Amino acid sequence: MRKCFTCVICPNGCRLEVEADGGTISVTGNLCPRGVEYANEEITDPKRTIASSVLVDGGVMEIASVRLDKAVSKSLIFPIMDVIKALHVAAPVHIGDVIIHDILSSGADLIATRNVEARQ
Amino acid sequence: MASCREDEEGLRMIESRDVVIIGGGPAGLAAAVELDKRGIHDVVLLEREHELGGILRQCIHDGFGLSRFGESLSGPEYAQRFIDEVRERGIEYHTDSTVTSLSPERIVKVVTPSGLYIYKAKAVILAMGCKERSRGSVMIPGERPAGVFTAGTAQAYMNIYNRMPGRSVIILGSGDIGLIMARRLTLEGCSVKAVFEIQDHPNGLDRNISQCLDDYGIPLYLRHTVTDIHGRERLEGVTVSEVDGNMVPIPGTEEYHPCDTLILSVGLRPENDLIKDAGIEIDEKTSGAAVDENLMTSVPGIFSSGNVLHVHDLVDFVSLESERLAAGVASFIGGGLAHDRTLQVIAGNGVAHVVPQHLCSSSAFSLSFRVRSLSSDSVVRVRQGDRVIVEKRHRRLNPAEMVNVDIAAGSIGKEGNVEVEVV
Repeated sequence: MRKCFTCVICPNGCRLEVEADGGTISVTGNLCPRGVEYANEEITDPKRTIASSVLVDGGVMEIASVRLDKAVSKSLIFPIMDVIKALHVAAPVHIGDVIIHDILSSGADLIATRNVEARQ
Repeated sequence: MASCREDEEGLRMIESRDVVIIGGGPAGLAAAVELDKRGIHDVVLLEREHELGGILRQCIHDGFGLSRFGESLSGPEYAQRFIDEVRERGIEYHTDSTVTSLSPERIVKVVTPSGLYIYKAKAVILAMGCKERSRGSVMIPGERPAGVFTAGTAQAYMNIYNRMPGRSVIILGSGDIGLIMARRLTLEGCSVKAVFEIQDHPNGLDRNISQCLDDYGIPLYLRHTVTDIHGRERLEGVTVSEVDGNMVPIPGTEEYHPCDTLILSVGLRPENDLIKDAGIEIDEKTSGAAVDENLMTSVPGIFSSGNVLHVHDLVDFVSLESERLAAGVASFIGGGLAHDRTLQVIAGNGVAHVVPQHLCSSSAFSLSFRVRSLSSDSVVRVRQGDRVIVEKRHRRLNPAEMVNVDIAAGSIGKEGNVEVEVV
């Protein structure tokens, strides 16, 4: 099986050509070893990160931005969004705060990416 | 704010600074920190928004910092690293402060909540970033309903103000912000119907086509544009047409697409009004100032970097460029910087624009440019007359991706313009 796709790990966006034959995979077009890792994952279990916002109670802003600290299985993206949409957190929120540890047993933490101080 | 008295005639006293930085986004922040590291402490940074950080504040997706920090951060996190450093170093900055004029004598007028202030600086750094092209600048005819947004405005609505721009969305233009917003709107429950791009190639990075459109099954149509907008109060739909090789709509190809939201991601332009007012030479190709290898403009002591100089794809390169700029500013203040523009750098065959546009010395510098069209397995050549300075084969060249070439010290001769070309 031969597949072509764009590596999304960094802005180089390498065009990978992947030859998958049973258990072995050969990758060309990658500028770095992360391309091989990405290709393997893309064939077996494609993973992505997502970013969104959560509602903040009592903060100087209504929302704080959040992201996953590592990529999760693509199939978990919308279930995780449903969890994020239902969340409320209390101000203050600081960059790096873990909002949910191991969200939906994905192995990834949901972390805050913006400081939102408490309203005076 | 620092003291500022009025004289008998009611005129503001002028405050002196070594450096005034206009703009507290990634370019201004990186320049401020680097100047401080180089021992230039008499600096003030002016930001018109209520917070530092610039456009990064609303870019909550990750992928920032891979070059600068070796990790993938969101925009607010990337900005905060520089903001924290500005604060820790005690660098003077003022927010809610809008610069209204800049003179060639490096006199900066700024309107603040506590009044008008005037600074006289030894050096001024222009770091105002860019603005989006709007419906007006791409001249889409039709009615004027609510529901037509630039991608950045929609991004601010969602990521800063917690407001959804709409539910059923068409995107015109395939710039990176439009692609990022396609994914963001989809994740929040909108139906993003399609992205239309007038050119024959996408404007955004390949990885964003892949992870923002392909992943969510959003179609991208090249050589298509919006030719009519329908709706009285709120947008009801748009007419989309195919275009020919000259980007002119082809009669008979019109298709109506119902939607309540049209998002425009049709390009960015340097925010160059102050630059024009100061009489600084502008490069019509970049719409930013024409600079030398130290990123100094045609006016001695006025420097420029980041998106107000030329629109970048990646913030990492904005930071790195601004850190290089700070080195030039530090030398200028120390009195040791040539500004005798003896040579020109020319965008040759296949090159849309190049920065810097002028050279004053043969010191090492970084050359940045964009190609005009997609090509594979082509060679980028930098030459002075017939002498090749750098030559490199590229697997793929894409107008959506800025190309950087480092030029070693001493490699440019005293005579002859330098030309960058694709062969």
